[in-house]
Amino acid sequence: MWKLIRHGLNGNKPLPRMWRTHDLKDSYDVVIIGGGVHGLAAAYYLAKYHGITNVAVLEKRYIGSGGSGRNTTILRSNYLTPEGVAFYDESIKLYENLSVDLDFNVLFSQRGHLTLAHSDAAVRTMRWRAEVNQIQGVNSSLIYPDEIAKLCPHLDLSEHPRYPILGALYHPPGGIIRHDAVVWGYARGADERGVHIHQLTEVTGINVENNKVISVQTNCGTIKTGMVLNATAGWCSLICDMVDVKLPITSHPLQACVSEALKPFLDVVIVSGSLHVYVSQSDRGELVMGASIDPYQSYSLDSTLGFLESLSGHMLELFPSLSRVKILRQWAGVCDMTPDYSPIMGFTPVEGFVVDVGWGTYGFKAGPVSGKRMAELIATNRTPDLIAPFYLGRFEDGALIGEKGAASVGH
Amino acid sequence: MILLTCPNCGTRNVSEFRYGGEITKRPNPNTATQAEWANYLYVRKNVLGVMPEWWCHQSGCGQWLIAERHTKTHEVLKTYVWEARPQE
Ligand SMILES: Cc1cc2nc3c(=O)[nH]c(=O)nc-3n(C[C@H](O)[C@H](O)[C@H](O)COP(=O)(O)OP(=O)(O)OC[C@H]3O[C@@H](n4cnc5c(N)ncnc54)[C@H](O)[C@@H]3O)c2cc1C
Ligand SMILES: [Zn+2]
Repeated sequence: MWKLIRHGLNGNKPLPRMWRTHDLKDSYDVVIIGGGVHGLAAAYYLAKYHGITNVAVLEKRYIGSGGSGRNTTILRSNYLTPEGVAFYDESIKLYENLSVDLDFNVLFSQRGHLTLAHSDAAVRTMRWRAEVNQIQGVNSSLIYPDEIAKLCPHLDLSEHPRYPILGALYHPPGGIIRHDAVVWGYARGADERGVHIHQLTEVTGINVENNKVISVQTNCGTIKTGMVLNATAGWCSLICDMVDVKLPITSHPLQACVSEALKPFLDVVIVSGSLHVYVSQSDRGELVMGASIDPYQSYSLDSTLGFLESLSGHMLELFPSLSRVKILRQWAGVCDMTPDYSPIMGFTPVEGFVVDVGWGTYGFKAGPVSGKRMAELIATNRTPDLIAPFYLGRFEDGALIGEKGAASVGH
Repeated sequence: MILLTCPNCGTRNVSEFRYGGEITKRPNPNTATQAEWANYLYVRKNVLGVMPEWWCHQSGCGQWLIAERHTKTHEVLKTYVWEARPQE
């Protein structure tokens, strides 16, 4: 706020740029591919905690142009598996402190998160999730329609809908955040500590000798490096192809939209897995709404009418009173889906090539913890315990982490 | 919008079809190693470009078919049934 006042008194001189541009150097100690929250957070924590600052973040478009600038910003830690809960809980704790850490307001609003149950089976799963969460100290409980009505009186809680609301998993620390601020804040923090952020720099090849990474090719020149982090989410298969690392990942579009601005009426996040819809109201009053992924593999960022139609239908089942509300705009992002709805993090068979991918539809909330732990992995050359379960080899070992129930439309 | 041509019903909207994913080759169950099974079950090429993939005309005649589709432009080059696939 003082900054704003000072800025006002200064006759509106432009604020300094949040990060600088540099010429591409011939070599970097670490090259991070992908300027989303995962890549930038890794760069920030490498510099902050490990003193590794000879780092380049390469982004083919502009930072935040991937999923990190397109998501519906829902943060929560009420997952289903113990591995998932511990991991996402650390991320939420980092997010809680992020505005102070980055000296940049990321507008984290912990307004409470409700996952609706529309069947007896869903109620049982919610109870299971609540127990797993509570055992690990995560605030999460099963509530019934009388309590739901107090938190969100606009929901149709009657018996009339095709999928009546029978209960909900209530997670008070869950909420929404300003996604652009998170991306920019990490970029500024990394830049201040000496990291080079290169936008409009596309990786086109990776050179490997004796099974070791030696350099990275880009449209702006070749960089020598012995350590590459693949943090390209929806495009991660294309990067892994360059070093012949095989991934159990398919890319699918995920779409979202916002309505015109309404007076504030919804101060919790509502998610319904059965109806494939999640919604929150932004500070500007718009309803931010999303659904599940498009069913087919695609790298397209096109929006479809089919999405808008089905999402609106489902929204009206939950909130019949919104029938006159108009949609303002819609968009899509590309999501890197794994078979067990859990990420893939860590070393690969190629020395000096590590991955932080498989973030699917739920990876924004994991940005801080992933960045911090991948930085630790790169700096110490050993896998931190917290992310060990997410290793690439788990598919061959049959050690999958079944998060489908909690992650598929849960965000 | 994607339009797919079912060999029985003609050109129909994609919403009538169920997606079956990339065509993968099952290893010989008698000799396959753990790695080959994992590869078959989980690993996907995830190409950016044209790929052959399975679709089922679920809300129509129920026929499984193959479409060669571009994964970014969504252009469908060809559709055919398994028996009519190009020989390797
Ligand atoms: C509509 C939508 C809603 C979502 N809602 C939520 C939500 O509510 N909560 C949540 O937690 N998650 C949500 N997600 C998921 C979340 O957005 C992503 O998982 C997350 O942002 C991934 O971050 P990232 O940094 O790994 O990748 P991204 O932000 O996608 O960044 C990857 C970057 O790599 C760049 N890149 C690709 N190829 C190259 C190359 N060859 N060279 C250089 N750069 C390259 C891309 O341009 C891109 O900027 C949502 C996603 C979408 C699309
Ligand atoms: Zn048909």
